[in-house]
Amino acid sequence: MTDDAQSDDNVLEIRDLAVDFKTDTGLTHALVNVGFDVPRGKVTAIVGESGSGKSVTANCIMRLVQPPGRIVAGTINFMPTDMAPFEIVSLRKKDPRLQELRGGHISMVFQEPMTALSPVYTVGNQVAEAILCHRKVTRKEAMREAAEMLERVGIGEMERRIQMYPFEFSGGMRQRVVIAMALVCHPEILICDEPTTALDVTIQAEILTLIKDLQRDLKNSVLFITHDLGVVAQIADQVVVMYQGRVLEIGTVRQVLKEPVHPYTRGLLAAIPGLAPKGEPLATIASVVGDTDITTPYPMTTLGDGRQVSLPPDKVALAAAE
Amino acid sequence: MSTTANGDAILKVTGLSKSFDGVPAVEDVSFDVRRSETLGIVGESGSGKTTLVRCILRAIDHEEGIVEYNSRDGWVELQDMRPKELIPLRREMQMIFQDPFASLNPRMTVREILEEPLIIHQVGDRTQRLDAVVDMLNHVQLDRDALTRYPHAFSGGQRQRIGIARALILHPDLVVCDESVSALDVSVQAQIINLLEDLQQELGLTYLFVAHDLSVVQHICDRVLVMHQGRVVESGEVDEIFANPQENYTKLLLSAIPSPDPDIRLKPLDRRELGL
Repeated sequence: MTDDAQSDDNVLEIRDLAVDFKTDTGLTHALVNVGFDVPRGKVTAIVGESGSGKSVTANCIMRLVQPPGRIVAGTINFMPTDMAPFEIVSLRKKDPRLQELRGGHISMVFQEPMTALSPVYTVGNQVAEAILCHRKVTRKEAMREAAEMLERVGIGEMERRIQMYPFEFSGGMRQRVVIAMALVCHPEILICDEPTTALDVTIQAEILTLIKDLQRDLKNSVLFITHDLGVVAQIADQVVVMYQGRVLEIGTVRQVLKEPVHPYTRGLLAAIPGLAPKGEPLATIASVVGDTDITTPYPMTTLGDGRQVSLPPDKVALAAAE
Repeated sequence: MSTTANGDAILKVTGLSKSFDGVPAVEDVSFDVRRSETLGIVGESGSGKTTLVRCILRAIDHEEGIVEYNSRDGWVELQDMRPKELIPLRREMQMIFQDPFASLNPRMTVREILEEPLIIHQVGDRTQRLDAVVDMLNHVQLDRDALTRYPHAFSGGQRQRIGIARALILHPDLVVCDESVSALDVSVQAQIINLLEDLQQELGLTYLFVAHDLSVVQHICDRVLVMHQGRVVESGEVDEIFANPQENYTKLLLSAIPSPDPDIRLKPLDRRELGL
């Protein structure tokens, strides 16, 4: 495996990103100094538990952070293939590039397909609408392209299905429609926020295979948010581990899942029930992490094998020695 | 009745069926549950898992079949009992739900939530009940100062501990866990699974464990029923079924589990090729 080699071809570079939420009890730091790269044409997974800041990070990229949340610091540099690079955080609300960005250059697939789809429009209309929002084509042409995309995500019997409403579809089929909507404008980056969490395991397997296959065909970059390390292992090239609004470890999927350095990552892996011997209690994150300090935001250190970890200096030396 | 002679069993279900508006949800399901074991029920959404356990607990009425329960006063047939007759049995059979927030009344303190079952079943006086509540909080590893707080003040894992405490405060024999760890983060899930296993040891509980997450089932269950379209398609020792599934549907389910090892590639079987 030579894909460990550092390449500078990133489609997205996030640096020192910080988001605060103003609450009754004061400021909550949802993101603290978050920084990582999204390499072009690869699948990057963000993994973490609830409250770790995975979704807030995605919302920052789309500039969808809503009050009382606010991006207080940081930059997100976006380097599209066919236009000049620009920085996302500093874009003004009325900047036309922001409109183009959302759903055009970068699109998103959410957990719950029913909330992402309108119940009162046919699926064909909704996919076509995504095209009409971003490109100057006729309605007829948009419908033709919508049909093509729906076919591509595995929806058969097109003449009949394209006229149907979301409620007539199963959960897995609905998620296919959402993926079609997201991909129909050929985005550079597809952000998937827990797209399979609400689905049965068999349907999850189908959707993961679909996302992976389409990514190979279309050569877009994917940012895949999940809490499920099994899903990460199957879909990601690169993994970003988040905890309490910070990045703790970044590496290739094999580095992070087969030889995790950060004790929190080790804890996450150890807590998966299928891996533990039967009859013995499961390891918990607390039992694995022990007395290592994982709450202080230590800066990321790059190790010899290219991965980055946030650890106290003495532990970094230990990890590097391994 | 040779079945009732089986002293090892706590529950015996024979030919249970239930449909909604003519659509069958559970069809001709038969199985038994041994005392102090954990029996898993797995299947996709719509396979009838939840309907099955609800029929057993008489939360909904089934249409056909016999549900025999080995109560503290001997074997009874649950399906024919009148609601009044069921009340004493409800102490022995409890349920832990999936969503720890939806299943706790936001306007009741933890003390009120845990005391309510004791009041309904007229257990002890005020001080005895408080003692029981504090004791149960201890069991589920919550502090005493939880007593005066409301559910919103707790994290998801802590709320699930409250739900478990409420189910166990009447010292039931049979506990139905309906997706009880599905909504939790993996680290919290591990804690709750450990807690459920500890409590089972300590209190001799029998679990009927409904879940769609097969790795959780593999860890916690002794035996498992695989449900597909309202029927039990395969059942047996959990290790044996995971290692050597016989039915196509079980094979399909197992093939779809994504391994956390990136070198074990996901190769899901095709539903159509299996004729499902």
